[in-house]
Amino acid sequence: MSAGEVKEKVKIIKENKAGEEKAEVKGKESQYWLYTQTVKDHFFHPRNLFKNDAELAEYKKKADGHGMVGSPQCGDVMEMFIKVDKKNNTIKECRWRTFGCASAISSTSILSEMVKGMKLEEAKKITPQDIVKALGGLPARKIHCSVLGDQALRKAIEDYEKKKDQRS
Amino acid sequence: MTQKQIYLDHAATTYLDLRVKKEMDLVLEKVYANPGSLHQYGLKAKELLGRCRTRVAEIIKADPSEIIFTSGGTESINLAIKGIAFSKGKGHIITSKIEHPAGLRTCEYLEKKGFSITYLEVDQDGLVNPKEVEKVIRKDTILISIMYANNEIGTIEPIAEIGAVAERHKIPFHTDACQAGFLDLDVKKLKIDLMTLNGGKIYGPKGSGILYVKKGIKLEPLIHGGGQERGLRSGTENLANIVGFTKALELAQKEKEAENKRLVGLRDYFIQEVLKRIPKVFLNGDPTKRLANNANISFLDVEGESVLLYLDHKGIMVSTGSACSSEKLEISHVLDAIGLKHDAAHGSIRFTLGKKTTKEELDYTVKELIPIIKSLRQISPVHLKAEEIRK
Repeated sequence: MSAGEVKEKVKIIKENKAGEEKAEVKGKESQYWLYTQTVKDHFFHPRNLFKNDAELAEYKKKADGHGMVGSPQCGDVMEMFIKVDKKNNTIKECRWRTFGCASAISSTSILSEMVKGMKLEEAKKITPQDIVKALGGLPARKIHCSVLGDQALRKAIEDYEKKKDQRS
Repeated sequence: MTQKQIYLDHAATTYLDLRVKKEMDLVLEKVYANPGSLHQYGLKAKELLGRCRTRVAEIIKADPSEIIFTSGGTESINLAIKGIAFSKGKGHIITSKIEHPAGLRTCEYLEKKGFSITYLEVDQDGLVNPKEVEKVIRKDTILISIMYANNEIGTIEPIAEIGAVAERHKIPFHTDACQAGFLDLDVKKLKIDLMTLNGGKIYGPKGSGILYVKKGIKLEPLIHGGGQERGLRSGTENLANIVGFTKALELAQKEKEAENKRLVGLRDYFIQEVLKRIPKVFLNGDPTKRLANNANISFLDVEGESVLLYLDHKGIMVSTGSACSSEKLEISHVLDAIGLKHDAAHGSIRFTLGKKTTKEELDYTVKELIPIIKSLRQISPVHLKAEEIRK
């Protein structure tokens, strides 16, 4: 065995060992999961939620825009609230609620992160494909029904703009 | 520490009972010859095949010549329904709206081929009314096919009464008994003419099953070839699977009383705990005419796939009737047929218990279920009223 070959073999053994150790650490959780890792992260740790009903009620009063789409009959309902930085016309905060499957919950969660600091005009242009891409992909049949966050967001922005027009 | 793993999806399929595996292993190793061969190994295999046929026949009170070994439930159902239809050429078939897709899709296929099908309604617990069966019988009715017990909501149908109706009108009666391996399978008493059973739901091998066909009933074969199984199902017999199926059925029938009693206790304890400790939930299916291992529960304001995946994250494996989980994105046809609004059907979860299920496992499941439902409701903008669950 040449020195190069020995080195290669040692490397393989080391890698295998690292793999085993990693597997042991991960042993707490199954390695099998229906969607991508990003979906998993957002599904089990959704961002920008309301802690409780009281916080939601309070936020409803303060939010600059509100939008809701879907119907429970079809299986998915999404509700979005935004706060707007009026000086820069950017989204300061985006909070939400969703009734739906893992792709519905994770797609709304990731969207609420994507739009932070985004210009309203830009946010309006977000497509379901942008959200799916951010999630690292979704099964094709899921996209049409469960990625509704962009529509809820557009409704929230329109709601904000309508209120603004009424004020001015 | 590794995570708990709790399998509560026994209606989907069961593991292999080790006593079954032991018999199968012997066959796989020692009895490999083709039962159609004329040499000593072939004859040995043929003898074993015959013994299995006799053992199965004895259990269901049939004659060995009335047992057709198949590749499982779907094949048996297809053979029963298409086999009768093709042998008659035309006519009317009575079935129910809550059959397994193997039955429903077969009937829809025959409808396209010119047969006439009546899909009977069920009541809100999923029961077929034998009087309704009698009402829709026509002069040209060639088959009644009603499942023994429903795979989703666990409701056990009044099979003996439907059998009596069929007998009175001299119409062949087929029942899909895939979920009923632990129930009474006496075809004489129940007046069944054709019965589908499979191994994969009774701790036997997947890809194994039978169709019982009463003497005198003519079937057109679906698989042509070497003429095995009285010409009704060609193809070299899968002897290991046949032995496994036979052993699994024997064990199920021998142990059914004690096991059903144990499971009913666990099932009712589980249902009561969930109903007591989680608000806005209800049981689907008949509360008593129900498979011993089935608890199908709807959780309002949450979606089933999400509940399923959160439970899976805690090591608890179940299934759901939610649209989001199906390929076609439609809610379960069974929950639709029992009159649930789509909103309410989306939150249905099927827990099916098994031989190894313990009270501790169910306690753990309830304990994990409470915060999961609570947190999913917290993020849900849907708030159904309990009186709004039905259409």
